[in-house]
Amino acid sequence: MVGVRRGEPDVTLHGSPGFGDTVEGPALVSGQGFSARYDLDREAGKFSRESHDLFGESVVGAILVVPVSKGGIATSWMLRDMASRNLAPNGLIFHTTNPVMVQGAVLANLPIMRGLSPAAHETIQTGDWLRMIPSDGLVEVWRR
Amino acid sequence: MEFQIEVGEFFAAEDFVKVRSAHVAADAEALRDEGIEFLEHICAVGGKCVIRTTTNPRTVDFNHVDDVGQNPIWSQRERRIIDVFDGLGAHRCDTCINYQTVDQPIFGEHLAWGDTGTVIYANSVAGARSNFEAGPAAVAASITGRVPRYGFHLPTQRRATVRVEIDDLPVRRSDWGALGCLIGRQINDYWKVPALLGDGLRPSPDKLKQLGSAMASYGSVAMFHMVGVTPEAPTEAAAFGDQEPAGRISVRPGDIESVYRGFEPESSKADLVVFSAPQLSLYEMSELASHFDGRSVHTDTRVYLTTSSTIRGEAERLGYLRAIENAGAVVLTGVCFYLMAFGDQEPAGRISVRPGDIESVYRGFEPESSKADLVVFSAPQLSLYEMSELASHFDGRSVHTDTRVYLTTSSTIRGEAERLGYLRAIENAGAVVLTGVCFYLMAPHELIDRFGYRTLVTDSAKLANIIAGYGYNPIFRPTEICVEAAISGEIPW
Repeated sequence: MVGVRRGEPDVTLHGSPGFGDTVEGPALVSGQGFSARYDLDREAGKFSRESHDLFGESVVGAILVVPVSKGGIATSWMLRDMASRNLAPNGLIFHTTNPVMVQGAVLANLPIMRGLSPAAHETIQTGDWLRMIPSDGLVEVWRR
Repeated sequence: MEFQIEVGEFFAAEDFVKVRSAHVAADAEALRDEGIEFLEHICAVGGKCVIRTTTNPRTVDFNHVDDVGQNPIWSQRERRIIDVFDGLGAHRCDTCINYQTVDQPIFGEHLAWGDTGTVIYANSVAGARSNFEAGPAAVAASITGRVPRYGFHLPTQRRATVRVEIDDLPVRRSDWGALGCLIGRQINDYWKVPALLGDGLRPSPDKLKQLGSAMASYGSVAMFHMVGVTPEAPTEAAAFGDQEPAGRISVRPGDIESVYRGFEPESSKADLVVFSAPQLSLYEMSELASHFDGRSVHTDTRVYLTTSSTIRGEAERLGYLRAIENAGAVVLTGVCFYLMAFGDQEPAGRISVRPGDIESVYRGFEPESSKADLVVFSAPQLSLYEMSELASHFDGRSVHTDTRVYLTTSSTIRGEAERLGYLRAIENAGAVVLTGVCFYLMAPHELIDRFGYRTLVTDSAKLANIIAGYGYNPIFRPTEICVEAAISGEIPW
């Protein structure tokens, strides 16, 4: 999966190192917060909260780009469960995140990064192709 | 430990800090089979709790699985989780109000607590120190006895950054949930700490509980200050200050609401042995039970233990009471706590709560239908006072035939509510009291499939926030309005 894109990225975002291996995938970008319990149908891997701007969208295989993690601790278990059933996103990119999301991502072995510059959720658009390199604190973006 | 190191490195923690207790949220609805297998593996390889460990509510109340209409698979999953926590050596209290019933947080101590409502309460009201240690993180902490030192374990993170001026004084209990919702929505950032200011702010623990849990739920907020109320904010300058709190803790007698009241021996003979340190926690009850088990108090000596009535109920359920009482000792009642410290920093943000703002939170929840399918009093579990209040509302009345009414509480509170007659008044009206659960943990999406539920009326701002993700149309209203909806089947406004 990794390394399928050729050529230089259109944009590169920088930040402190995150967690997880290098992954790639299409971006799914929200202007709202995210919690697996509050927002997802975990049987389908889709957003089920009607008021969410990603309502009806599938997270499966995507790199989810959101500004902030919502309250609640349940996401810590849910990401691993979803990953075990191949319903998880490929990676998570936050502007600001609470510990719950990081704990859940580590348990699920799901790459996660935060606090990138320029701000990921304002720079990346849904459908852009992303390469997350958590060890180096880099996200490379190819425009759709 | 590897898990903890990864999380610690993500947040640039310099080292680990020992914690006194862990509170684990591990309900079947969140874990599913994958999470349960993970826990079973930890148990199978010899994992043991090395610190006091309590548990959050479950997905089912085993006495009400059928009438609630839950799939039996949730009971099976919960029984596997119970086996794991028994194997690990946890105290299965199944409560999200451990700070009210089981484990009083203490100023300055470090904790590894999981449910966000428990963390914000411990950090803000008690001045204890915890990050959100979600299920797997709290399990890890219970086994290693420590957590990575970052976030709210550090004095600098605990300073207020957002000044919240309150001109619209909350009155009803649910108003405090509405206030938490207002502030949480605007902050929406784990790393920001609001300081609340306003004339006449003097909330009860239940009001602080509603305020905190709603703020954590809506805004992922882990700590707030209330100037003149919470321990790290005796003044505004203190709340925003930049001095180290370590070594500057002082206890103001006026701030301590009711420290260990209820120490009322029935007899005051001179030949007394009193175990009251001052009042006993569940753990101390457990310890004394093991000391007294199979032994007998001398015939010329009276032995008294004191604890809270809720702890007494739990001690009874777990067999501690019998061991103590069989030895000839007598268990009595009561409990509380508070503190302070700090010194100047500009707020990074400002929020104003104006007259009418709280009302507008309620108005923001618009019913699609005036029919109330469900009325739920839950999230967090109800305290004894809340049960009492609802009992007086429901007493002598009947729930509408087309409406289901659920209350959730802990087993300790339930026992006390039963003794005091609240339970009967509530159940006679046709409402159902569920124990050891929280409504949104009970696989609520499956209840929709089975019963066609849609409109859910609640006085919990937190529940109203969460339940929308499960396909409900949540209507947040004050308690009295929820009760009217339960009786008439119609939402009054």
